[in-house]
Amino acid sequence: MQNELSVVVRRLAGSLVLFWLVVTIIFVLIRMAPGDPAEFLVPPTAAAGDAARLRADLGLDRPLTVQYARWAGAVVRGNLGESFSSRQPVSRLLLDAAPVSFALGGISLLLTFLIGVPVGMLQAAHRDRALDRIATVLTTTVYAAPTFWIALALVALFTYGAATYGLPAALRLPAFGIRTPGDVLHGWAGIVDLARHAVLPVATLAAVGAAGIARYSRSAVADVLQDGWVGTARSKGAPVSRIYGLHVLRNIMPQLVVLGALSLPGLVAGSVFVESVFAWPGLGRTMLVAIQARDYPVVMGVTVFYAAAVIFANFAADIALPLFDPRRASRAT
Amino acid sequence: MKRLLLGDRVTVCATGTLLLMLVAAVVVPFFASHDPLAIGDVIALRLVPPFSHDSGGTWHLLGTDRFGRDLFVRMMLAARVSLALGVGGSLLAAAIGTFVGALAAWRGGIADRISMAIADALLAIPRLVLLLVCAALWQPGLLTVLIVLGATGWMGVARIVRGEVLGVRARPFVDAAHALGVSHWRVLWRHVLPNAIGPAIVATTLGVGNAILLESGLSFLGLGIQPPRPSWGNMIAGGRDLIVVAPWVALAPGIALIVTVLAVTLLGDRLRDSLAGQRAPFARQLAERS
Repeated sequence: MQNELSVVVRRLAGSLVLFWLVVTIIFVLIRMAPGDPAEFLVPPTAAAGDAARLRADLGLDRPLTVQYARWAGAVVRGNLGESFSSRQPVSRLLLDAAPVSFALGGISLLLTFLIGVPVGMLQAAHRDRALDRIATVLTTTVYAAPTFWIALALVALFTYGAATYGLPAALRLPAFGIRTPGDVLHGWAGIVDLARHAVLPVATLAAVGAAGIARYSRSAVADVLQDGWVGTARSKGAPVSRIYGLHVLRNIMPQLVVLGALSLPGLVAGSVFVESVFAWPGLGRTMLVAIQARDYPVVMGVTVFYAAAVIFANFAADIALPLFDPRRASRAT
Repeated sequence: MKRLLLGDRVTVCATGTLLLMLVAAVVVPFFASHDPLAIGDVIALRLVPPFSHDSGGTWHLLGTDRFGRDLFVRMMLAARVSLALGVGGSLLAAAIGTFVGALAAWRGGIADRISMAIADALLAIPRLVLLLVCAALWQPGLLTVLIVLGATGWMGVARIVRGEVLGVRARPFVDAAHALGVSHWRVLWRHVLPNAIGPAIVATTLGVGNAILLESGLSFLGLGIQPPRPSWGNMIAGGRDLIVVAPWVALAPGIALIVTVLAVTLLGDRLRDSLAGQRAPFARQLAERS
């Protein structure tokens, strides 16, 4: 117990150091760049001194060390500064956008595993037979396709395609925004409207994710199936559903936990594209808009947020890993 | 090596596809009847569907875009950019990664700790986000994308090379070389690195597909290759608002992209399998994917 606690503390310290490094790197990167945000922000009709005043106002005329100290100090206190363009606190903007991204990413991640793992298992069980071959071609193709292309292909299918081939109106899914503009829908109608808007974005992210997970779980399950106990279980007459659903799943569980943490960066990348294509007001879109406007604090804020999420996910997976390891569990008893 | 390249259907197909793409990228634009960048009679020529003739009688394999330019020819022109950046970007990343990883393992101590800490920190930022930040801060263009791909892709290779070098340097022949009075750097360059580089080559091959995807993503978002120079990503972006009326404009360039990335990925997978002697263990696959 003592030992495990010290491992957790050490991991936590490591994660915090990593986070500090990320914060520093982002600061250096952004301040290394040419271009002056003050120039973007003053209106074209501004007087000569306005840009200088704005620069002083935003603290951009101070030495880099002072800017860094101020920024790092503020980040520690949870204050990510103020957006250059909207003058709102960055944390406020993040909080507004985060629920959209969390919902989109969370549901997609769940579907990713619910679809990807069984597909991988099925492939491993039918290894090198027709089913496996077809699934491999499919997953590898989806895996090779850019997220934004899949998103656009789905849009084409459910707008152009649905109209051209006369699909029922229910299948003409909205491809823009998070709810139907103009209508104020309440109760069920509102939920249905939101769900219809969510189908294409979630399907895109889940398809891309599931293809990757299926590829990995296929090889993980194939490794497990070579173990002797699978033969034992089979010869005992254990039903296939029990072998896969219980024994095999438990054995690949540690890898799935690691995979869950490792798939976060891909999910972030995917959501940037999906939010851009489908015009969802999430973190990815916030970041793209801020990049175009050279809104440094917002860019830094979103990046710090993403990095914090990745670091936390890795930390959590590290800590949780022993709990999911059947060998470890049996040793403890 | 020869058996690897010829003895396997998947490898032959993937290599053939890539060669075909390469040849087409070089040759097709030369034989185009119209300049793929020039804009002609827009009203008459725009948005011709795939496999059909325009009003001037010219046949278009994949149709035309909103300015009446032939999509197939532009796609092949874009292939030059995308292939060059994919290969160039991951080679640059591999070079940086090999240098950092080898140095970290060879010198050890503080250099090792600092460089690996930086690599870890950069790995904690999703690569697309890192790319977006870098690409947005500097002038978008060919050179920026190349440098940024290299600068954000070296960490995986660095960790792999570091691990391999640490393993190889413990082997007896390295001691022997030292004992024979071979200089430190020569031992690293001639004896250690050639024995440590295999997994890095696999990671680089798999990285090409990733780099092509990332480049297209940047260009799609308007932060990579800028029009009128075509790249698969900005061609897809160019057809984005036509997706409802003329979906082929956005979807056609994606097919070239998918086929290329698929071929590179399959080739990388096979290379890894043959270098590892068998299927690589799961953990290794995870480590390579970053």
